[in-house]
Amino acid sequence: MSIGVSFQIDFLRFLSADGALDPSTPREAIEAERVLGLYRAMARTRAYDGKAIALQRTGKLGTFASALGQEAIGVGVGSAMRSEDVLAPSYRDHGAQLLRGMTMVENLLYWGGDERGSDYAVPRCDFPICVPVGTQVAHAAGAAYAFKLRDEKRVAVAILGDGGASTGDFYSALNMAGVWRIPLVVVINNNQWAISTPRALESATATLAQKAVAAGVEGRQVDGNDAIAMRHITSLAIEKARDGGGPTLIEALSYRLGDHTTADDASRYRDAEIVRREAEKEPIGRLRKYLLARGLWSEEQEKRLAKDCAEEVERAVAAYLATPAQNFSAMFDHLFARLPQSMRDQYEEARRFAPNGGGHD
Amino acid sequence: MTELTLVEAVNRALAHALEHDPAVLLLGEDIGVNGGVFRATLGLQQRFGSARVIDTPLAEAAIAGVAVGMAAMGLKPVMEIQFSGFIYPAMDQLINHASRLRNRTRGRLTCPMVLRAPNGAGIHAPEHHSESPEAMLAHTPGLRVVIPSSPSRAYGLLLAAIRDPDPVVFLEPTRLYRLFKQEVIDDGESLPLDTCFVSREGRDVTLVAWGGMLHEALAAADRLAEEGVDCEVVDVATLKPLDAETILRSVEKTGRCVIVQEAARTAGFGAEIAAIIAERGLYSLQAPVARVTGYDVVTPLARLEGQYLPGVARIADAARKTMEAA
Repeated sequence: MSIGVSFQIDFLRFLSADGALDPSTPREAIEAERVLGLYRAMARTRAYDGKAIALQRTGKLGTFASALGQEAIGVGVGSAMRSEDVLAPSYRDHGAQLLRGMTMVENLLYWGGDERGSDYAVPRCDFPICVPVGTQVAHAAGAAYAFKLRDEKRVAVAILGDGGASTGDFYSALNMAGVWRIPLVVVINNNQWAISTPRALESATATLAQKAVAAGVEGRQVDGNDAIAMRHITSLAIEKARDGGGPTLIEALSYRLGDHTTADDASRYRDAEIVRREAEKEPIGRLRKYLLARGLWSEEQEKRLAKDCAEEVERAVAAYLATPAQNFSAMFDHLFARLPQSMRDQYEEARRFAPNGGGHD
Repeated sequence: MTELTLVEAVNRALAHALEHDPAVLLLGEDIGVNGGVFRATLGLQQRFGSARVIDTPLAEAAIAGVAVGMAAMGLKPVMEIQFSGFIYPAMDQLINHASRLRNRTRGRLTCPMVLRAPNGAGIHAPEHHSESPEAMLAHTPGLRVVIPSSPSRAYGLLLAAIRDPDPVVFLEPTRLYRLFKQEVIDDGESLPLDTCFVSREGRDVTLVAWGGMLHEALAAADRLAEEGVDCEVVDVATLKPLDAETILRSVEKTGRCVIVQEAARTAGFGAEIAAIIAERGLYSLQAPVARVTGYDVVTPLARLEGQYLPGVARIADAARKTMEAA
């Protein structure tokens, strides 16, 4: 018997958990401005994340999905994309979305149950947060097809979780991407947990990256808590796609340090000791060690950054809380390009029973 | 005698079924160690083992598909879909396979499975968590659709659903999961799957509702009673097969009918009830049948949920108009 096909999955890590840099790291990956940018963006993401949880706990926000410990993934992806590229995010990707130009206020409105929260002022072509797990991969594939058809040098990027990689939507979208050789990058945030379901109960594969092999797509694995590697590998995949080299699947290994969402209590199903050990590998502390050791960062800069982030978040929260309530008509306004005449009775009924008498159209 | 919430009653019914029928098994996302996101399966994996209470990978379409295969081979799978909006990927299996396996094979293979899912809005949940897809399911030939409105009905109807030889969609109103407790006798007694229940007797107007809306209808009946309007309230409970007789009998008595439905208006299940009254009860009507429903809009996010959901004010208003007619 001979070997029909064999494959290997490369794993990339530049920065070890204790902040030591692999000497083979490419120079552009550790260019000071880039690395400092990654660090600042991760700190900003975490500051926002923590405040959002606090708002939920005090009844000022609905359910929220924290990205705690996975900031390098969102920031790596968001920083590697160009503004003209398109992101199809899951519900845990505010790290990438904030870099794309989604505002904190928009994200707070979304989780606060306000319809306006998905109307991004800046990334006008980005898809909204996708709750039905895995379905967004197909949207990104469709967007990538459009770019290829029109010969636009744009790339579509989807982010999903390890649970999402169990869905048919993920696999069949990847399969199409392989056939069509479209400019698509799919990033799996493998944070080891799909709510309470551990990675081992989601898939028997050794890696999730190898699911790409079955789709004829390049699959790579990266330490998702290493912001330098995360940014580097995503940039390579995005630029390859832009240059006509086809799709890539990136599995980013990380760990969900928080609950699935604020509606979840992870202490019910996992060992706090394991979470504590995983927390030692988290991306921000790791990169800070590196920056301090290289003399690129100081305690004073750290304090300034914390203050800046806190102030930005507080401004956003104040603006969110001061946002005037939506009119009843927000339910109807964007249902169709033009509300059908047959729905006018319903519209009037909703106005009649609105708490403020319906206000203005 | 034990006082239970609706979600606890679901848990007791599942435990009873697992204990008394070795063919029964549960499958779904996070139903094992975590006991389900609403805790409907709390403690069941510990008690009955991970082979019969299965934490599945995340894939609703495949959960429904493997349930079809299990059921065809003589098991009685009870799957949990985590939220109503995630039923949609399972629709292919429900419509193309579960509902028609018996028919396609002339009864050689059957599909005695239950799809359980939380249903409806009212708990300020995120996007896609507050859907009411019951009409789409009731429209599917070969499916039974059940929506309980109380702990005791949830217990008895779920046992009936599990014992039924055909596929049953069992939609649990999320907003009722912990709203109130009720005495539930955990004796394994099921309720009939083809019966509407008269929840309140009255002579002036019939309010027809199901699931979470039953409680809005009952509250509206209280309000209207203060105005001297005596409402009869019918809990549909099993949408399909529908017990039209109970509804028609009530309308014959009152001559007036208001149908309350949380789902969007057009082609909702209320339209089916209205059509049956038009076909078979027209001559007992003293006023046109009224519908109070969700609007034909995407179920809004939390902030506008209260303005979307039919409530006492809208139901009472419709009932008053019905009383004014004729």
